[in-house]
Amino acid sequence: MSDWSKAVSAFKSAGEGAPTMTGNLGLQLEEPLIFEQGEDGRCGVDLPPVPKVESKLGGLARKGRIGLPGLSEPQVVRHYTRLSQKNYAIDAGLYPLGSCTMKHNPRLNEKMARLPGFSDVHPLQPVSTVQGALELIDTLAHWLKTLTGMPAVAMSPAAGAHGELCGMMAIRAAIEAKGERRTRVLVPESAHGTNPATAAACGYIVDPIPANARGRVDIEAFKAKLGDDVAAVMITNPNTCGLFESEIIEIAELIHSVGGYFYCDGANFNAIVGRVRPGDLGVDAMHINLHKTFSTPHGGGGPGAGPVVLSEALAKFVPMPYVVQEAGSYKLVEHEGEGGQNFGRLKAFQGQMGMFVRALTYMMSHGADGLRQVASDAVLNANYILARLKDEMSPAFDGPCMHEALFDDTFLKGTGVTTLDFAKAMIDEGYHPMTMYFPLVVHGALLIEPTETESKDAIDQFIAVLGGLAQRAKQGDQADWFRAAPRYTPRRRLDETSAARKPILRWMPETESKEAAD
Amino acid sequence: MTRKYTEDHEWLEIAGDIATVGITDYAQQQLGDVVFVELPSIGKKVTKGGDAAVVESVKAASEVYSPATGEVVEVNSDLEAAPNTVNDDPHGKGWFFKMKLSNSGELDSLMDEAGYKAFVEGLA
Repeated sequence: MSDWSKAVSAFKSAGEGAPTMTGNLGLQLEEPLIFEQGEDGRCGVDLPPVPKVESKLGGLARKGRIGLPGLSEPQVVRHYTRLSQKNYAIDAGLYPLGSCTMKHNPRLNEKMARLPGFSDVHPLQPVSTVQGALELIDTLAHWLKTLTGMPAVAMSPAAGAHGELCGMMAIRAAIEAKGERRTRVLVPESAHGTNPATAAACGYIVDPIPANARGRVDIEAFKAKLGDDVAAVMITNPNTCGLFESEIIEIAELIHSVGGYFYCDGANFNAIVGRVRPGDLGVDAMHINLHKTFSTPHGGGGPGAGPVVLSEALAKFVPMPYVVQEAGSYKLVEHEGEGGQNFGRLKAFQGQMGMFVRALTYMMSHGADGLRQVASDAVLNANYILARLKDEMSPAFDGPCMHEALFDDTFLKGTGVTTLDFAKAMIDEGYHPMTMYFPLVVHGALLIEPTETESKDAIDQFIAVLGGLAQRAKQGDQADWFRAAPRYTPRRRLDETSAARKPILRWMPETESKEAAD
Repeated sequence: MTRKYTEDHEWLEIAGDIATVGITDYAQQQLGDVVFVELPSIGKKVTKGGDAAVVESVKAASEVYSPATGEVVEVNSDLEAAPNTVNDDPHGKGWFFKMKLSNSGELDSLMDEAGYKAFVEGLA
């Protein structure tokens, strides 16, 4: 008897009072870290014995163990398969993270990206052997320029924030080329955090512009901050409240009138693609998240890709390398002095080639009319959610929205339930929560972006869940019920505070971590 | 000693030309559990309404604005190791920094305790 209880207690994951011995719940399996599995000497492949060689490393030779776990092939396969089953992805269900545009990644994109002419090329191959790949980059560049109404594009930035850096460096290069010194960049309070971070990384002082009661840039406050020391204004349009900046043209004219540049954060381009050309609004630089608007994988499935379109004023500062067409063939501009006044190199090679293939596939399979429909459907879906939930929840602003519906936590007032509790209860109902507590200008914000991916059935079910939870919260006396959520996840409410205050950033063997704690 | 409050939810306690600055109980409640505090360096010149410190919680990172113009003379470095003090005792041990005031006339526009209480009730 005692032997059995010892055997059961060997399952470390089953805590006191756990419903099962193992900590597994049916087919929802506990999974230790890979370093906590296996044993010395076990190996998935037969390696030849290491011949005796004299070490030439002297005193630098490693003395301790490397500490790699000893595992068989099936153990490794099961470990990563089990981890992948814990992942929530757009392939598993609706993913309403506002500002992230978590849309379906069409399988046709994947088929094209796997064509050997694209998947088996190397960035250092002679240019004459990769003409097709360069043509693809050039064709994608053409689509991006056409859709945005801008004359130039830098293809190499690796993702959105890298694209912002590229755009702001082009702006700085243009200012320096004029022999000017400008120190301030204006950024609305509702901006993505990367905007002020980028401006600061480029050496500028970030000067915030407040929002007005309609959730848009306060144009009078913006005017008051203008001056000949302003390098640029960085605005997201549609903005992070899911609203179109209706005074955008006036803002562009005003910033240009003081000699500054207009950086537009293109994170929300999905709402206007095929409908509005940012070039017509007076934008000087805008990054395009291919992993949002143009359906390439996002998050853990990335990498991202953030080409930057540039206005006439900034075009000649486009960073290396870039593709040009000369006498019927494509070549790469790789060196300074080969034309233009590029500000250098942002990335080792030409950009995220695999994402370029997927994005162009998406564009060509949809066509110009299809992309217009994408924007319309994305906006329609968000407005449907906003309209159906406006009485049960509390919209942050009056009127229709663009691609995302934004609620504040007024509807939870007096219930004892917070936005966080509400989101955790959604997890039990099988939904990934929306973006919470962002934008910061809205109290207890709940930001929902359904994208065009979802069918009406899927959205109706989602609305029913949100509405049902809102009603439950408002019944009264439900705070404890919400605080106990999530109940049905592998781990329940995580201790976010301790995770932030005392983060454990590296796994250590039990003996070592015990020593470290002592 | 008198206490004054700003609309950005900072308090300051004034003793002669030295003011101790912290964030209010309302501010810490809105922020949630504070996980990190970035304090100004001693000797930093601060202006009324300008950035002075940063407070980060599980929900958000926020600037702490200087409620007056002057120079930072002392900081509460205990907060670096124990940021939870801002939640536990915002009006006492959770103070951020002390500053030497250079323009006491600026303080007239700040709210007293009753005024701040009414201001917060107006937000609810």
